[in-house]
Amino acid sequence: MNRCPRRCRSPLGQAARSLYQLVTGSLSPDEVSLALMCRARPEGLEQLQEQTKFTRKELQVLYRGFKNECPSGIVNEENFKQIYSQFFPQGDSSTYATFLFNAFDTNHDGSVSFEDFVAGLSVILRGTIDDRLNWAFNLYDLNKDGCITKEEMLDIMKSIYDMMGKYTYPALREEAPREHVESFFQKMDRNKDGVVTIEEFIESCQKDENIMRSMQLFDNVI
Amino acid sequence: MAAGVAAWLPFARAAAIGWMPVANCPMPLAPADKNKRQDELIVLNVSGRRFQTWRTTLERYPDTLLGSTEKEFFFNEDTKEYFFDRDPEVFRCVLNFYRTGKLHYPRYECISAYDDELAFYGILPEIIGDCCYEEYKDRKRENAERLMDDNDSENNQESVPSLSFRQTMWRAFENPHTSTLALVFYYVTGFFIAVSVITNVVETVPCGTVPGSKELPCGERYSVAFFCLDTACVMIFTVEYLLRLFAAPSRYRFVRSVMSIIDVVAIMPYYIGLVMTNNEDVSGAFVTLRVFRVFRIFKFSRHSQGLRILGYTLKSCASELGFLLFSLTMAIIIFATVMFYAEKGSSASKFTSIPASFWYTIVTMTTLGYGDMVPKTIAGKIFGSICSLSGVLVIALPVPVIVSNFSRIYHQNQRADKRRAQKKARLARIRVAKTGSSNAYLHSKRNGLLTEALELMGTPEEEHMGKSTSLIESQHHHLLHCLEKTTGLSYLVDDPLLSVRTSTIKNHEFIDEQMFEQNCMESSMQNYPSTRSPSLSSHPGLTTTCCSRRSKKTTHLPNSNLPATRLRSMQELSTIHIQGSEQPSLTTSRSSLNLKADDGLRPNCKTSQITTAIISIPTPPALTPEGESRPPPASPGPNTNIPSIASNVVKVSAL
Repeated sequence: MNRCPRRCRSPLGQAARSLYQLVTGSLSPDEVSLALMCRARPEGLEQLQEQTKFTRKELQVLYRGFKNECPSGIVNEENFKQIYSQFFPQGDSSTYATFLFNAFDTNHDGSVSFEDFVAGLSVILRGTIDDRLNWAFNLYDLNKDGCITKEEMLDIMKSIYDMMGKYTYPALREEAPREHVESFFQKMDRNKDGVVTIEEFIESCQKDENIMRSMQLFDNVI
Repeated sequence: MAAGVAAWLPFARAAAIGWMPVANCPMPLAPADKNKRQDELIVLNVSGRRFQTWRTTLERYPDTLLGSTEKEFFFNEDTKEYFFDRDPEVFRCVLNFYRTGKLHYPRYECISAYDDELAFYGILPEIIGDCCYEEYKDRKRENAERLMDDNDSENNQESVPSLSFRQTMWRAFENPHTSTLALVFYYVTGFFIAVSVITNVVETVPCGTVPGSKELPCGERYSVAFFCLDTACVMIFTVEYLLRLFAAPSRYRFVRSVMSIIDVVAIMPYYIGLVMTNNEDVSGAFVTLRVFRVFRIFKFSRHSQGLRILGYTLKSCASELGFLLFSLTMAIIIFATVMFYAEKGSSASKFTSIPASFWYTIVTMTTLGYGDMVPKTIAGKIFGSICSLSGVLVIALPVPVIVSNFSRIYHQNQRADKRRAQKKARLARIRVAKTGSSNAYLHSKRNGLLTEALELMGTPEEEHMGKSTSLIESQHHHLLHCLEKTTGLSYLVDDPLLSVRTSTIKNHEFIDEQMFEQNCMESSMQNYPSTRSPSLSSHPGLTTTCCSRRSKKTTHLPNSNLPATRLRSMQELSTIHIQGSEQPSLTTSRSSLNLKADDGLRPNCKTSQITTAIISIPTPPALTPEGESRPPPASPGPNTNIPSIASNVVKVSAL
């Protein structure tokens, strides 16, 4: 897979380039050509079929939609946030979108390619319940250290409530996210050590009927 | 939600997995996808050009024609594609809208054609992308202005007979071309405006000396004459103003309009002068008021379109003018200050104060350079030169904007005038086309009856005669014919003779033989030329052949009376045909006789009007031995063949 050249990331180089452009009055040719070069092409259809649980036709449909919105073949965080915000016109979905982006971007290179995208979707939509729970845990674990702290959970909760926006009934109270986090930890944290590990999480979710049922919602999304 | 991201909805739904473990209550059921169709390609055939796209692409916008079930109306079962009988070029743009979510407006496309297509596909033009929206709006505005101009001129030129006196007067004032009186009034007021302005000017010219005193201006020397002239002009202006005030549809709006204010300002000084002649103190102010008399010259703007355009331009460039003024003021103040302080040192400097330096700055910036104030110090000269250079720049900048505005408005007006001139020619052409179609109706009415008759006879060759008119035309004519039957009236054509004949005969549908013959005898002679006229007008080539043949045939006849009777028969036959009853079979029988006799004539007469066919009818008497005796005994004979309304037929055969 083609990758963006590493040089576009060096801050010193960027500073020197912008100084040069200021003096000579050139209109930043580098950034323009950079954008053109940042193009990713996914691996072949067969490989993706092996890696994911989607059929060929489903992959085709997914790729067409993906490419339509991101002609360059990769999604960066801004793009991701913008796409996601179109589904939630009232609230502010940018924080949650960031968390999602981090969850999809498995190799943490700042961009989501089609493989990442389809891999994530494959787990959520075609994976087993355990896989899905694993993925959700990965989403919650912001610093990817294997356990969810109360602060992480609070961030997640706030981002979810933010998506609702200001105009709700009943009106959003300040303490609502915190209370929600408390009840979550009540349910999930078995040994009451203030963090939720992956085993505690999966075990508690398997015992909860609601969660199990809602996990099955994802069977028919595509 | 934008259409492009509809494809990402599965992703958004999948991302909801993050909420599930956090939720305290169960989630609602997901909607089931009942007809889980695989995404399929559909073919859109637009006037022969095939476009293909995914079904889901089109379904992104469900409230348009292509996205909803409305397109099923256009589905062609045989070819399994959707056929649209529309412009493929514009369809390209429409389809791209579905694909990319952005609607573009192609510059080469006509704005109204594009609007029509968008309306057909159910797409609102407001969603045109930013890249093309400005262009679209500009073109649309231009078009609307043009239409409005056309409408305005139409309204102005239509003669609405039911206007009140007041409205006629107002129209006369606004458009002097509507009536001669208005035109006279227009020129008279124009003349008096000119006279008034000239008298104002000449009043002040020194007019020779009266012995014993210094040179007097003409105004004081011939004060009585000038006063009379002034009075006359002011009277005319007052009358005009009062008449306009009376005739105005909205007096309040009229009083507030610019032109009426100018009128008032033009005549006020005179009246104020009349009132105030006695008071000495105020006479100074009165003299100042006389200055306002010069505003009469603005009354010319009613007479000159160019002046109006200039005024309109200045009004529309108000912001540029304002900017010009503001920047000039700024520059004047700056440079005046600088010059004052620079010249402060020099002795006997004219730059006594900053306001005094204003004059120098203005004169220098506008590059006038009178030279009454010049800087003497070196610093003063340097700043003075900077001042003149910057003056050129500051003035030159807004001027092109004003000029281009004026040019645009002026050209617009030119175009409007040109369109008005072309309009007349266009309307004339449209009128000709309309009369052509109504003529075609009457023409085909006559032809249609002959065709029916021929069809009754059953000969195959004649049947194709009726097919010369298209199906749509014949159906349209049938419709008009039904209307005529319903109302009992008949369409008239422009040809006055033709209409006279049809109307006279109309009333005599069921009359007895003698009356009819008499009528025809009377009308035959003078109407004889007219019978040829319609045929001549429509088929000149054919009729000339027929008529020439006909004239040849008349010479062969032994009986010289026959031409008259023949004319009559021709006359009657033609009139009867126009009445529209079903007797033409007789003529056809006659014509068939004739046809056998004269093959050369047949094709010509068949394809042309009935009158020509009838013209050929008199020949049988010439060719058959019992020609002269034919008229009376022939009546019972052909009669047997004709089942329907026999009375008219009898008359025909009687001849």
